[in-house]
Amino acid sequence: MTIREIAKLLDASVCIGENRLDEEVEYGFASDLMSDVLTLKDTPMLITGLCNVQTIRTCDMATLDIIVIVRNKKVTEDMIELAEDNDMVILSCSYSMFKACGLLYEAGIKPLY
Amino acid sequence: MHQEYTVIEGDFVNAGKASSSVKKTLKQLNVEPAIVKRVVVALYEAEVNAIAHAYGGKVLVDIDSDKIKMVVADKGPGIPDIALAMQEGYSTARPEVRDMGFGAGMGLPNMQKNVDKLNVTSEVGVGTTVEMEVNF
Repeated sequence: MTIREIAKLLDASVCIGENRLDEEVEYGFASDLMSDVLTLKDTPMLITGLCNVQTIRTCDMATLDIIVIVRNKKVTEDMIELAEDNDMVILSCSYSMFKACGLLYEAGIKPLY
Repeated sequence: MHQEYTVIEGDFVNAGKASSSVKKTLKQLNVEPAIVKRVVVALYEAEVNAIAHAYGGKVLVDIDSDKIKMVVADKGPGIPDIALAMQEGYSTARPEVRDMGFGAGMGLPNMQKNVDKLNVTSEVGVGTTVEMEVNF
């Protein structure tokens, strides 16, 4: 499904990355633990409730560039700036991690393992 | 090519700046993306460790045509038992480090997985030096 469809499904706002909304997403990975994100070999969409600049930096290092922030956390300006520099997409939704993952899974987003 | 960066204790806002800069340099040098990822993930883990556990330190990077050498040398409490620290899940991280999404005891093991050569030396009360090499 496209990032645009994901944003609609999760009733999410697009914090940055409007130019990439028609890109397809196949895989998702959910974690609040950046140490886990750093062990990924693949580059899925990240669903996380950890909302700080290290979330974005970790994704940059792990070459993940589509991030869904859950639980209505405030995405800060420095996060948006860093994401913009690295051509990333940040969506923000008010749903819990469980609900967001459930909806995405039901809609066909695949797990890595 | 030689690069040096300074790491400041507890400065999580800037954690990863050295790794980010190395990533840009390697991309410009057309290093294979999978190798770039291994390098920057390992360096980032080391950088976060120096910020989280030590009182600051230095990141020294040397890029040759066939490999990259990275040294992260910190002034800090040191690691009393390196073999224990290398075990996945062993962590001495403070709560604030865990709040940043780290401190799960996966840093050193993850460095090991991503580099071709890893050498950790440490002296209690003085500091820790992590040397890593990745072949291109």
